[in-house]
Formats: sequence, C-alpha cells, structure tokens
Amino acid sequence: MSGDYWQIFLTFGFFIILTFVCGLYCMLVSRNIIRAIIGLELLIKAVTLLMILVGYVSGRTSVTQAMVITIIVIEVVVAVVAGGIALRSFRYNDNLDIRGLKRLKG
Amino acid sequence: MISHISINTLLLLVMLIAVLWTVMGRSLLKATIGLALTSAVVTILMFRLNSPLAAVFELSVCTGLITVVFVSTISLTKPLTNKEIVELSKERNKRFGYLPILLIVISIALTFIRIRNNIIIPPVTTPELDVRRVMWDMRQLDMLGQIIVVIIGALGVVILFEERRRDEW
Repeated sequence: MSGDYWQIFLTFGFFIILTFVCGLYCMLVSRNIIRAIIGLELLIKAVTLLMILVGYVSGRTSVTQAMVITIIVIEVVVAVVAGGIALRSFRYNDNLDIRGLKRLKG
Repeated sequence: MISHISINTLLLLVMLIAVLWTVMGRSLLKATIGLALTSAVVTILMFRLNSPLAAVFELSVCTGLITVVFVSTISLTKPLTNKEIVELSKERNKRFGYLPILLIVISIALTFIRIRNNIIIPPVTTPELDVRRVMWDMRQLDMLGQIIVVIIGALGVVILFEERRRDEW
C-alpha cells in the first residue's frame, strides 16, 4: 500500500473506531429503547464507512458498494422493526425503558 | 494530497462532533437530527471515497427514511414532563459523562499505537467492474436476500404498528 493510501486509511480508521466506541457506549449505557437503536445505527454507520474505505484503498469500490447497499437495506428494515417494537413496548409499559421488554410475551 | 487529507480530516471531525451530539444530547428528537447529520457527513465522505451509488443510498435511506421513522416513533410516544426531563438529564449526565473521557483515552491510545505498514492487499488482476453489473450479475443472491428482508420488514411493520385498543391486550 502506498504512503498516501496508508495515511488515509489510518486517519479514517482512527475516527471510525471512535464512532464505533460511541455507538457501543450508547447501546450499553442508555436505558431508552430509541436511544439504543440510535447506538446500533451508529455502529452500522462505522462499519459501512470502514467497508467503503477498504474498497477505496484496495481499488474494488464496485464490490464494496454492492455490499454496502445490502447493509443499508437491512439497516433500514432493522430500524423500522425496532421502532415498531419500541412503540409496542411503550403502549404496554407506558415508558420506553428497555427493561420493560422483559415483560412482553407472546 | 495534503489538502485532500485535511478536508477528509475536517469532515471526520464534524462527523465525530455530530456523533457526540447524538449520543449525549438530552432530547430524543435532537439525537435523531444528530443521527441524520452524521449520515449526511458520511455521505460526503463516501462521495470522496469514489463510492457515489452507496452515497446516494446512504443519503436517501439513512438521512431521509430512518429519520422519518424515528421522528414518527417519537411523536407516537408520550412527551415527558419538565420534572421528568430534569431528572433524566441529571441521570444521563452521570451515565454519559464518562464518554468524552473514554474517547480521549482511546484517542491517546490509538495515537501511540504504532501499526506496522505490512497490510498485504492482493493485487487487482481484473479491471474495475461497473457497480450495477456487480449487483445484478455477480451478487444475485444478495438481491434476493434484500427483497426477502424488505418483504419481511413490511410484514413486521404492518403487525407492529397495528392500532389496537388497550383492552384487547
């Protein structure tokens, strides 16, 4: 890998790791379901950017773009279904506390 | 090349600020807007990394659709009272106060880690293909999987967002 590409890889990798840590921390610490979903979105965003970066550095952007489009489609479905679960939990428990999910049955 | 790297660094810094605003902000609505801002910056970075099709998807789906879904979900839930907001913000500050410290520690650790420049990437033997050709000709199973996931997601939404009276539960 040439020096310029290596420099770009290191710079992006540094911020991607920080974004990943923020998302993970948000998921672990927050008790609000919507905030946990937002943390998951941040994790997916970090991984997406990493894949695009790897495609750019290795010169295979077409393959990584195809994969990233798949990830984005799955991401939106996950977000929508998780939002629906959050709404159901809210209607049942009257709050968005993630611990209330234990009470959902059937 | 230096200006190229510095613009990328500036955009990455904006992305990190948007991420921190998303995670540490008090209001859920502002967190959603912060997520949309993060997606918008990621879109610009994708354009700069020669991935325009993925960037368009990111902009339309992640910045647009997911924000709308989150705002709809938040609007369907009960708003908190002022007292609850104050209590929650105190609790949040206590729990999320560690995040900037954690990030600074990780940043320092990452800065001092010396990664050896020995990552081996196999040489590109075939010319770069068009992304549409890759998607439709080479990764047909992915497309099939996407269609199935979208159908399952649509069914899930119909079931989960279905309005029911409380006494039916």
